[in-house]
Amino acid sequence: MAGERPTCLQLTGIGKRFPGVVALAGVDFDLRQGEIHALLGENGAGKSTLIKVMTGVYTADDGTVDLNGKQYAFKTPQEAVNAGISTVYQEVNLLPNLSIAENICLGREAKGAFGIKWNDVRARAVKALARLDLKLDVKAPLSSLSIALQQMVAIARALDVSAKVLVLDEPTSSLDAHEVEQLFATMRKLREEGLGIIFVTHFLDQVYAVSDRITILRNGQKIGVWNASELPRLELVSQMIGRDAAVLESQGTASLTTETSTPFLTFEGVGRKGAIEGVQLNIGPGQVMGFAGLLGSGRSETVRLIFGADTKDSGNFLLDGRTIQRFNQRKAILSGIGLCPEDRKKEGVFPELSIRENILVVYQAKRGWLRKLSLPKQKQMAGALAKDLGVHPPDIERPIQFLSGGNQQKALLARWMAVEPRLLLLDEPTRGIDVGAKFEIMSLVSKQREEGRSFVFVSSELTEVVRTCQSVLVMRDRKAIKTLTGKEITEDSIIHAIAEDSK
Amino acid sequence: MKKLPPWGWAVIVLLLVLLFNLVKTPGFFEFHVRDGRIYGSLIDILNRATPVLLLSLGMTLVIATGGVDLSVGAVMAMTGATAACLIAQPTNSPLSSINVHQSIPQIIVISLFVALLCGTFNGMLVSWLGLQPIVATLLLMVAGRGIAQLLSNGQIITFQFPAFQAIGNGGTLGLPNPMWIGVIVACLFGLLVRGTALGLFVSAVGSNPIAAKNSGINPGRVKMVAYVLTALCAGIAGIIGTADIQAADATNAGLNLELDAILAVSVGGTFSNSGRFSIFGSVVGAILMQTLTTTILTRGVSADATLIIKAIVVVTVCLLQSPEFRNLFSKLGSFVPKKSGGVA
Repeated sequence: MAGERPTCLQLTGIGKRFPGVVALAGVDFDLRQGEIHALLGENGAGKSTLIKVMTGVYTADDGTVDLNGKQYAFKTPQEAVNAGISTVYQEVNLLPNLSIAENICLGREAKGAFGIKWNDVRARAVKALARLDLKLDVKAPLSSLSIALQQMVAIARALDVSAKVLVLDEPTSSLDAHEVEQLFATMRKLREEGLGIIFVTHFLDQVYAVSDRITILRNGQKIGVWNASELPRLELVSQMIGRDAAVLESQGTASLTTETSTPFLTFEGVGRKGAIEGVQLNIGPGQVMGFAGLLGSGRSETVRLIFGADTKDSGNFLLDGRTIQRFNQRKAILSGIGLCPEDRKKEGVFPELSIRENILVVYQAKRGWLRKLSLPKQKQMAGALAKDLGVHPPDIERPIQFLSGGNQQKALLARWMAVEPRLLLLDEPTRGIDVGAKFEIMSLVSKQREEGRSFVFVSSELTEVVRTCQSVLVMRDRKAIKTLTGKEITEDSIIHAIAEDSK
Repeated sequence: MKKLPPWGWAVIVLLLVLLFNLVKTPGFFEFHVRDGRIYGSLIDILNRATPVLLLSLGMTLVIATGGVDLSVGAVMAMTGATAACLIAQPTNSPLSSINVHQSIPQIIVISLFVALLCGTFNGMLVSWLGLQPIVATLLLMVAGRGIAQLLSNGQIITFQFPAFQAIGNGGTLGLPNPMWIGVIVACLFGLLVRGTALGLFVSAVGSNPIAAKNSGINPGRVKMVAYVLTALCAGIAGIIGTADIQAADATNAGLNLELDAILAVSVGGTFSNSGRFSIFGSVVGAILMQTLTTTILTRGVSADATLIIKAIVVVTVCLLQSPEFRNLFSKLGSFVPKKSGGVA
């Protein structure tokens, strides 16, 4: 590593508050010329807020932004672009039906007396692409390119203005291994040219593949900055999650191992391209299986496979000893599987419908449309379930959208309790809800487990996983890598498994 | 103020229009009995509202699932042409080979079968092929009239068949038959939607299709049912129309009625993808539309102005239904209550 290169972007004491939340508190960040700087942190750590402050989407409440020694206070993204900070977002947000050249030069086309000078535009696009060692027919529509190449075009567009800083916000999430390599080669080339690159990703292998330095954020605060070569993986993961890796002591939690019952659900090397690979698991009655891993490691994708929301394309899926080929949500529900999805709002609740209807919808769907449950019975049943789970307020005729997140989650649990599933998949059931509701949900799980119900429990909070699960499947970078059972389950063993080198 | 049901504003506006007539239009609320039939403006309104009312029943479900059915007018034309051809047996019609010997049940069943096919076609395009509803049903809206032309061999088919005509212009217990049919079908619809779980499923699919799927509901099947029911309603309306004029006119039967039906549904408080819908609201909406038309005509306003006045009323009701609009007004210090209503 070349010694101290000059700093090009310096953020000092950045603070940003939203109503009721402190998103960033006194965060410092510096980017040198000709370096790739990884910005890491779990969901909600403040990465995107910080990115948005430096790219002019948000204006910081406190702190200063200095670019090459000049202080800026960006009010719009355009101001940031003009100053030399360009961003490429996770989703390619270009216009697929326009040509490559138009996409690269959109909004800054050379104009002459007769409108846009197309020859200039094309020449400029060719030049911008050449900088990335790309030769493309710039007259072709963007949609004719692969996602990876579209990503490259987005970078070319970002560099077309005289960029000094390039921000790549999870650029690799929709790329395959080869395409990622291609992107990295480009990044290294740009680094040689002296560009400062900020790289946001969830994939740890990628962090070590290209980064020079790493900054970690947690809960809106800067945890530290390290040279990538001096920060071991284990240390990195524990810094991100906020557990001291040095404290290698099991917390002696109640993982009562009940390694008895025959499994009713078995996955043998199940995978789905681009989502998850090589999942081995057995779930028997009364078992709670945890899925652990960082965000984007394939936890939710596995849950979707079990629930039939996606179909596998490799491996064997056995239910009650029978091989399942075609599976969907309805079949899953009829065979006793339920799902509380990670994104409650998008995939779980019917916002305008009443709490009663939200609770009974699965029960009614299982009964069929002809055998409608009478209104008095509905009220009695939904009322009892809502009371059992402590849904507040108890007025079950209110639209569910007026409930808090925790109470919506309880209502969703009540929805499944109504049909008494054998296996309930809980994808981040405690995210975004208050401590009291968290506790109630956790105690519900352990109570139900004793009655023979099984759970799959996905959570980013390792304490919860350790406390509730009899076995834990650890995933990293869309691969299932390890299963921990019984006494092996400790926060440290999970962190170790996540951080292990992928060799 | 207590929460207003979604159809509340339609009822209020309907009452206002009736009140206007009570004051301004002499004889609006009078009834005469002639030849055992009751006559009067109100009866006339209900009678004439029937086609749009029937269309809006099915349209309510379609709109509630996030779709729209533009083909209902054309389906009316197709079923009407089918019925007329079965009766009149014109030469060169593809339907001439079917001889039902003037059996009314058979005529109705075959005509409604045509409607059923149309509904299935729409449903397939929307739920299996994933076409946008507006495009999918536009297909049959345009092609349907062509099919009706083919069925009737390009002519206006007229017939004399008093027993069949009675469906459109006869009466029972002193009231016109179409009105009875409208009342019966509306009641059946209410029963179907609230007596079974269909209503819940329609709401669920409209509110959040992904969550519906995750709850074991098949959104495609629910949409299919909605389109089929809509087409059947359109079929009934088509039969009534043909019986009324004793003729099938492929180009004009049910023309533009799909738009009236959509307006009636919106006025009645059913919104696309909101998870809430009201069959009763659509009935009120359909009656409101016809009341307006009749009012304008009896007031002697020129027919050209009818559409404009209708449009103004529809826009007003729709604006009143929007909480944002009402809040705007209450901010301006108006009497309109601030409390957002309309959530049933």
